[in-house]
Amino acid sequence: MEDIITLDYGSGGKKTSSLIEETILPFLGNPALDELGDGAVVEGAEKLVFSTDSFVVSPYFFPGGDIGKLSVCGTVNDVAMQGGIPKYLSLGLIIEEGLPAEHLKRIIGSVSRTAEEAGVRVVTGDTKVVEKGKGDGIFINTSGIGILACPGLSPKNIRPGDKVIVSGTIGDHGTAVMLARNPDLVKGDLKSDCRPLNMLAQALYGLGEDLRVLRDPTRGGVATTLCEFVQGSGNCVILDESALPVSPKVMSACDILGLDPLYCANEGKLLAVVAPERAADALALLKDIPGGEDAAVIGDITDAHPGKVLVKTRFGALRILAKLAGAQLPRIC
Amino acid sequence: MNSESSVYKLMEVCGTHTMAIARAGIRQLLPQNVRLISGPGCPVCVTDQSELDAVLDLSMEKDVIIAGYGDMLRVPGSTRGDSLARRKSLGARVEIVFSPVDAIGIAQREPDKQVVFLGIGFETTAPGTAMAIKLAKERGVENFSVLCLLKRVEPVLRVLAKDPDFDIDGFLCPGHVAVITGADSFGFIPKELGLPAVVSGFEPEDIIRSCSMLLSQIREGRAELENQYKRAVTGEGNLLAVKTMEEVLEPSDCRFRGMGTVPLGGFSIKPEYRKFDAKARFGLEYKDVPEPAGCRCGLVIQGKIEPAGCPLFGRVCTPADPVGPCMVSSEGSCAAAYKYSWEE
Repeated sequence: MEDIITLDYGSGGKKTSSLIEETILPFLGNPALDELGDGAVVEGAEKLVFSTDSFVVSPYFFPGGDIGKLSVCGTVNDVAMQGGIPKYLSLGLIIEEGLPAEHLKRIIGSVSRTAEEAGVRVVTGDTKVVEKGKGDGIFINTSGIGILACPGLSPKNIRPGDKVIVSGTIGDHGTAVMLARNPDLVKGDLKSDCRPLNMLAQALYGLGEDLRVLRDPTRGGVATTLCEFVQGSGNCVILDESALPVSPKVMSACDILGLDPLYCANEGKLLAVVAPERAADALALLKDIPGGEDAAVIGDITDAHPGKVLVKTRFGALRILAKLAGAQLPRIC
Repeated sequence: MNSESSVYKLMEVCGTHTMAIARAGIRQLLPQNVRLISGPGCPVCVTDQSELDAVLDLSMEKDVIIAGYGDMLRVPGSTRGDSLARRKSLGARVEIVFSPVDAIGIAQREPDKQVVFLGIGFETTAPGTAMAIKLAKERGVENFSVLCLLKRVEPVLRVLAKDPDFDIDGFLCPGHVAVITGADSFGFIPKELGLPAVVSGFEPEDIIRSCSMLLSQIREGRAELENQYKRAVTGEGNLLAVKTMEEVLEPSDCRFRGMGTVPLGGFSIKPEYRKFDAKARFGLEYKDVPEPAGCRCGLVIQGKIEPAGCPLFGRVCTPADPVGPCMVSSEGSCAAAYKYSWEE
C-alpha cells in the first residue's frame, strides 16, 4: 500500500525514529543533526546549544499547564538536556481562526511566566492564522539557544556499572492529558508535571564526566528514552520495577485506561545516567531543588543483554521493554 | 499429579490475564513443567477477518463515523498495511471511545452523521453495549447503531475442548466475565469437561494463587470450580447486567478467527432492536477472505501454538507492522509475547 503518514509516526517511538532516519536525515543530515540529541551543539563565539520543538497538544489547556507553558518547557528542557544553559527562545504561533482571544492571552501569559521561571527571553517570533478546520485551536513552535556549560553529554559515555536516575514520578503528563480528553471517564485531580528542568540539569553539570547523559523522557516515556540510550551499544539497562516512582493516582488511571506509565509522556522529569560512585551525590543534588524531591535511582547499566532494556518485576522475573510501537491506545476492558 | 516430569498446561481465556502474566513475568517464575497457554480470550483477536474487512469498508462510507475501543484502531485488514488507523489518515471518521454511551453522545452532537459503534468483547462488554442500545432507543437517537461482534465464552470453550488435539489440564477462568455471568457459569468445565477451573483475579498475586489452586486440584485428582476472585465475583453474577443483556441481545452462531462458526458463540441484536443493528442498517455482508498468508493467529488463539511458533512472529509481523490481530491488540498473545518476553 502507498505509504502515508499516520498518527503513529508522531508517537515518539519506532515509527517516529523510522521517519527521521529514512525521510529526514538522508536530505538534511550533518554532524550536528546526526547526533539526534535533544539539541545540537554548534560553533559560535561560544559553543552554543540549539533546539526546536513543536507543540500540538489537545486540549490546549490541561490540568497542570497549557500549550504555552509546554512550549517553553519543551525547548528549554531540550537545551538543558544537551548541557546548555538556555538563554533565548523564538515563538511561532499557528492559530486556527475562531480561537477565543481570551484563550490566546492566557496562553501567552503562560509563556511569559514560564520563560521568567526558566530564565529565558523570547526574542523573536511569528504568527500565522489558518482557516477553520485546518488547525486544532493553536499550534506552537519554539526554538531555543543556550550556552554550552556541560559539553560531551551523550549515550556513548554510558558504561556498565553506571546508575540510572529519574528526577521524580513518571507518567504524570501523559495520563493527565489523556484524562483531560475524557473528563467523564475517571474522576481525579491528576496534574501534568510540565516544568522547566534547567535548574535540575545545571545542578548535575557539576558532576563533570561522571554525568554521562541527560534526556527528558517526553513522548514514548521512560521506556523509549532508555531504549535510545542503549540501542546498538554493548550496554543493557536493568530497571528495578519496585524503585520506579509512580504516583498512586497515575497508577490507578493507567490501570483503568490500559496504559503503562513507563510509556506515558513526561514534561517535567529528566533521566540521568551517572557513574556509580556519584549516584548518591546526584540524588542529593536533585532532591535539593524544586521538582527533584522524588528523585530515585531506578536501574543499573550492565553488559548482560547488549542493546536491551529489561525490567526486574517485583516478583523477580525479567521482562523486556521495547520502544513504543505507536501511540498508546486505551483498551477494551 | 502423575509424576514430577509430567507437563501441566493451564489455559487462560482472558486478554487481561494474558497481559498480566506477561507483564509480571509469571511464566519465568513457574516450575518448568507448568505451562500457561493463552486461549481465545482476546476479543479483537477472535474477530473474524471478514468482519474486520466489512468494518474497514464501512468506515469509508460517506457520513459514517466509526466509534470503537482503542484496540480496534490498528487491527490489520486482509490487505497488508490496512487498518482503521490508516483509513483515518485517508479521511475516514474514526473516534476512540471508552464506552458505547460516549458513541451515543457523538451521534447526538452530529445528527447528520451515522455513528456506528463497534460492539466488540465477551460478556464483559456486552451489558454496556446492550445498555447503550436501550438508551439510544429511549432517547430516540436514530443515527446511532451497533455493529454487534460480541462473543460468548462458554460455547467457544466447549468447541475447543472437543478438538482432538485439545490437551489442557485446567482453566484459569476470566474474572471480568465472571463478574457479569457469575462464577457458577463456569461450572460446566468440571461437570461436563471434567477439568479443574478457577475464576481468577488480575493482579499477579491473584494469578499465581489461581495457578496454585489449579495445580492442587490436578495433584489431588479433583475437577472442581473454585473462585479465587471472591472480592469481585459472586456465584450468580450481576443479575441486572445479565437482564439488560438478555433484553437486547440473543445468543447466535458466530464466526471465530481460525475456528469457523461456533454454535451460539456470539450475540446478535434482538429483532425488537433491529433498528439499531448496523449490520441490517447498512446491509453488511461478510465475505469470506483467507487469513493473511503465513499468519497463524487462528492457531495462537486456540492455544495450539505459542506466538514464537508462528514463522512470522517478530520478523515479518511486529507491533509496528502487524500481519495478524494477535500482534496488535493490547490483549493479544503475540503482542504480549513481543512486548514483554526477551527470550525469543
